[in-house]
Amino acid sequence: MTDRAIVDGMSPPRFSVPLELRAVAITLALGAIGYTLFPEDLAFLTRLISITLLVLSLDLVTGYCGVATLGHAAIYGVSAYVVGNACLAGHSDPLLLLLVGAMAGAVMGLVSGVLVTRFKGLPQLVLSIAVGQLIAALANKLSSLTGGSDGLSGISPGRLFGVYAFDMYGRTGYVFSVAVLMVVFVVLLRIVHSPFGLLCQAIKDDSLRARMIGARVYPRLVLMYGVSGVVGGIGGALNAINTGVVGLDSVGFERSAEALVMLVLGGAGSLWGALIGSIVFQVFEHYVSAANPFHWMTMVGALLIAVVLFAPKGLVSLGGLLAGRTASVLRRRP
Amino acid sequence: MSQPLLELRSVSMSFGGMRVNDDISFRIGKGERVALIGPNGAGKTTLVNVISGDLTPSQGAVHLAGVDVTALSISDRVDAGLIRTFQITRLFKSLTVAQNVALAVMQRKGLTRNMFSSPMDRPDVRREWERALGTLGIGHLADKQVSQLAYGQQRLLDLAIGLALEPKVLLLDEPAAGVPSEESSKIIEAIDKLPSDIAVLMIEHDMDLVFKFARRVLVLANGKLIFQGSPAEVTHHQEVRRAYLGSYADARHAS
Repeated sequence: MTDRAIVDGMSPPRFSVPLELRAVAITLALGAIGYTLFPEDLAFLTRLISITLLVLSLDLVTGYCGVATLGHAAIYGVSAYVVGNACLAGHSDPLLLLLVGAMAGAVMGLVSGVLVTRFKGLPQLVLSIAVGQLIAALANKLSSLTGGSDGLSGISPGRLFGVYAFDMYGRTGYVFSVAVLMVVFVVLLRIVHSPFGLLCQAIKDDSLRARMIGARVYPRLVLMYGVSGVVGGIGGALNAINTGVVGLDSVGFERSAEALVMLVLGGAGSLWGALIGSIVFQVFEHYVSAANPFHWMTMVGALLIAVVLFAPKGLVSLGGLLAGRTASVLRRRP
Repeated sequence: MSQPLLELRSVSMSFGGMRVNDDISFRIGKGERVALIGPNGAGKTTLVNVISGDLTPSQGAVHLAGVDVTALSISDRVDAGLIRTFQITRLFKSLTVAQNVALAVMQRKGLTRNMFSSPMDRPDVRREWERALGTLGIGHLADKQVSQLAYGQQRLLDLAIGLALEPKVLLLDEPAAGVPSEESSKIIEAIDKLPSDIAVLMIEHDMDLVFKFARRVLVLANGKLIFQGSPAEVTHHQEVRRAYLGSYADARHAS
């Protein structure tokens, strides 16, 4: 049992209910820990959550479907811009904005999916970069919609449920973000364990074999890209809602690359890996860049090399190993 | 023979100037057990790839239960009941043994669009994958990762996936190749126990297995179908002996 529970993608689905409860408990606990550790810096945490959603979104296509992409920020950024414009046009209800972001992300995800999953390997990777660069260039040019290099500013969302204003300390935004992350995480756990989720993993393992059991590979990959788009879109929406500004960095290549680095750090092909990777990377970046603004990237590089050398399946595999050991020790002492 | 389940009509397959399958025609009816033999490079696997839809033939047509499937995709052919296994085992390595089979069951039942249910729990799905694994004697491995299986067990799993898809026509590409003898006997046993109404075409080098399994043997050499007949006729056929059987036929003849 222990060896199966190591990676969440493999854990037995008949325990899926406790797994989801565990996910609720863990995200809420992480939210509380974050609030305790950084009460003065909730803006950092809400940003972290927004990026975490991007990494989860990337995990769906890269970790679960094996699609190589370096253009995923296109989804995140387009959604953020759409949400920003919707808010500036007077639609300021945060839940509505979240929905708008999810839909913009879905559209962007489906479009990227239709283009990118047609191909495999290097052409696929290059195409994903091209899509990302195209969106970034458009964001720069269409300054009436995006504010160009100055960014789109003045986004001020209305009260949540008509009651809770987004205060300057970011408390409402933080609680809202934690709740959104929790819901998304639980829904994604269900999806990756569903028949559809299993089929996507099967396609990643061997797409010809998947075809030989009757699977329509391309439509499935596009659909997963759409789901991924919804998640990335929600991340982008949170970014716009919480910061009030959307800049070119939201769509940039660096954002895509960083998300991939976080995913690999935590462990691709596991939602827990995406969660752990984005938290560890961003907290590490937060501390180290404050302590040493000139060499912090070097240290991030060193961390990555260490992880790739000693835990090539990501930090989540270390966690699983530890959990497995503990469980077997506990079992020996009834 | 009534309506054949699988029929090839003058199928040819060329790669560049190289003609790998040359004007091949045969029919396989319901419940038939047919072996396809031939020396290495005779074009056997290419032919299986053409039948399964991985390759489109340069000329000719493939018919399944009377329907021309030449233009259909791999997955459409699978839906129509044309299932194959692979010479080199291809499995879903990040899934468990049970999930490998359950996925095939769910795909057949059209459940893989479902994004929210717990797939393995459905009693109808569970019953089927348990039965498929049980038939091949690997039920006890259900919770193992594929990577933990011995090669012979992987071949059995490959076959279990095939069975779970409820084939009408089953193509077995060297099912016992590379498998240690105690496991190959399990594979032979499993092939023996295949539902009697399905048509099976098996590529095999192991002549003992061919003689045990097949009522009819097709012989391929240099891309051409040079002979078809009963196993006994095959061993006596001069051209076949020259092309392929060689010492095996002599040894069998002598004994």
